[in-house]
Amino acid sequence: MKLTKMKTTIIAAAVIAGSLAGAATAFAADSQFIGSLVYRTGPYAPGGIPWADGFADYINLLNERDGGINGVRLDLEECDTAYNTDKGVECYERLKNNGATGMPAVMPLSTGITYALLDRVVADKIPLITSGYGRADAADGRIFPYVFVPPATYWGGADIAINYIATQEGGYGKLKGKKIALVYHDSAYGKEPINTLQALADQHGFKLSKFPVPHPGLEQKATWLKIGRQLRPDYVLMWGWGVMNATAIKEAAAVGFPREKFIGVWWSGNDADMIPAGKAAVGYKSLQFNGVGSDFGVHKQIKKELYDKGKGSAKSAGNTGEVAYNRGLQSALILTEALRAAMNQYGNKPVTGEQVAWALDRLSITEERLKEIGADGLFDPIELSCVDHLGKGRAKVTQWDGKQWETISDWIEPNSEMLRAMYEASAAQYAKEKGIMPRPCG
Amino acid sequence: MRIERDVIYIFIATLFLMVAIPWAAGQLSEDIFFEWPFFFEVAIGGLLAGVMYSLVALGFVLIFKASGVFNFAQGAMVLFSALTLVGLNELGLPMWLAVIVTLIVMLVLAIVIERVVLRPLVNQEHIILFMATIGITYFLDGFGQTLWGSEVKILDLGIPSEPGFYFGGAILINDFDLVAALIAGVLVVSLALFFQYTRIGRALRAVADDHQAALSVGIPLKHIWVIVWAVAGIVALVAGIMWGSKLGVQFSLALIALKALPVLILGGFTSVPGAIIGGLIIGAGEKLAEVFIAPLIGGGIEDWFAYMLALAFLVFRPQGLFGEKIIERV
Repeated sequence: MKLTKMKTTIIAAAVIAGSLAGAATAFAADSQFIGSLVYRTGPYAPGGIPWADGFADYINLLNERDGGINGVRLDLEECDTAYNTDKGVECYERLKNNGATGMPAVMPLSTGITYALLDRVVADKIPLITSGYGRADAADGRIFPYVFVPPATYWGGADIAINYIATQEGGYGKLKGKKIALVYHDSAYGKEPINTLQALADQHGFKLSKFPVPHPGLEQKATWLKIGRQLRPDYVLMWGWGVMNATAIKEAAAVGFPREKFIGVWWSGNDADMIPAGKAAVGYKSLQFNGVGSDFGVHKQIKKELYDKGKGSAKSAGNTGEVAYNRGLQSALILTEALRAAMNQYGNKPVTGEQVAWALDRLSITEERLKEIGADGLFDPIELSCVDHLGKGRAKVTQWDGKQWETISDWIEPNSEMLRAMYEASAAQYAKEKGIMPRPCG
Repeated sequence: MRIERDVIYIFIATLFLMVAIPWAAGQLSEDIFFEWPFFFEVAIGGLLAGVMYSLVALGFVLIFKASGVFNFAQGAMVLFSALTLVGLNELGLPMWLAVIVTLIVMLVLAIVIERVVLRPLVNQEHIILFMATIGITYFLDGFGQTLWGSEVKILDLGIPSEPGFYFGGAILINDFDLVAALIAGVLVVSLALFFQYTRIGRALRAVADDHQAALSVGIPLKHIWVIVWAVAGIVALVAGIMWGSKLGVQFSLALIALKALPVLILGGFTSVPGAIIGGLIIGAGEKLAEVFIAPLIGGGIEDWFAYMLALAFLVFRPQGLFGEKIIERV
């Protein structure tokens, strides 16, 4: 009897141990694990859902059409952060060791989570890719070997916005005496462009007025009465987020401020922000670091391989041209091109974070490569190096016509000379605070 | 309703300060632009916004009056009702039918909350009931999104949002704000009359005063709770429609509860007129402060100033402007 009990215990223990071991290796050893931090729930879900769909669709396209990358299938696992920093860190910790080689890179899709992961990714040797958010000074790859910021930074965005206004006014010389207001989310993110804009104001002689909007920005009447009835600026720039964007646009309409002179950064330019603003949003402009619409080869392939077979992530193929969707596509493209380069170097098998960091340090997504992918015109080519973790940092200006975004400018290049000096100064300060020795980039 | 003398004094002092401080700031600082038409524009804009805050605050007051419970879930109810309305509309129901079905859904929700959450907790400490409403909040937030999705939805009432100029073009008032304030005002007055002059209203006030005494004279407590949660559901739907047509129906709607809290602190948790006057004072106060004080200290003070203003009132009226004075003999 005793023996039988012991037998049962041993068998039960073996079964539990076996199932635990099975759980740990749920991902096929010969496939590449990809962890995706998304927010399909929470207050910012309207902007997070299309991004997550775009990211997932591109990964699934590679699996369906090509069998993955270089014959290595991709295993995608999402973790919902609800745009919450502590959940984001939890997701990172949960996903980082999954798959045969762990998570090859992390795209946190949140400036807050980015800051929380800065030290962890160095310890874990997992590249942190922050496309259009996070620390602008991480463009200096000598101080931030594991952080990559293509295709654009907030500082670059601020410079591009002023560049565009100067073009509208007939040159930088015409900016003298102009009044430009900045309406910004009163957070670290919203304050990012202030130093750049102030430097440009000093340089070109325009007056910068700042209007912080406390989170979440549901009520902005007083702010807009000050702007529209008192200051009456020539242009308004916006660094907004979530519901703040639509509210600002509606209040701008309520005080009669012309939407054509109201320009938002890319996070103030989601389709989901324009829809609730309705007619008030017609004419409003936004910077975008990606093209708009779904009239590109890559969208056609996604429709054919996924949506026509009922395998698409978004509600329908009609949703695949949203700005945030295209941003998700772009993030997936950057990651998978880095994976491809790493596999080309280290063999066609799952690669580690360290190997992907090596690939990102020399990432080259050329115009020709974009043409092959069917994304020429949709994305700007990206060339990174050990020193430069940003690339050209260009963006376009788009305008909302009531139904969709129309591109109204070519790629605008920021003043790289001025910005590079600012990135390096800020990164050097960070290195001093953290005791980081810049790595050599021969 | 008899208004106490100190309330009148506080009210007059508030009005005086609301005019005097912006005027003085305009005289003393070059950064402050003060002109009387602009002052009135800001004040009127604030009052109209305040009516919208009152609308949300009302839902809290109703449930607090009937059960002494601070219903943390009121913001979530606003979101849930608006999501249901727009969701049903998107499914093909005409708007009038969607409104009726949503009202039924809110009634069913009230019954379920009474049966599942409140009834088992009768005679428990109020803090336990409060914690239960936190649970309801998370449930409604998640359930609403699971049911109807997290994408932003449009709720267009067709009210123009372009600027309207009044008083010979001197003062700008947004038409949307005017209409919204009018609708909210009608609802607020109807509810005030309902509580003052109907049998249910009186029963509700009796329950609010003393559960056991109300039960002993034959007032059915559970029915009153269902009614009050259902009325709070209707108020949530109206708030959801008005705020949803302004901001789009999205998760952020649940956050408007934050705008109602200072109104409640100032007006008192048990008074419908308190919610109205509180909303007006908070609305006008925060806008005037943002325009005429904020430039001196860097801006962006609107949200926390509302709470500071409410707390300042508590110094003089700890029970809120119209709240019931609680005297406990020990």
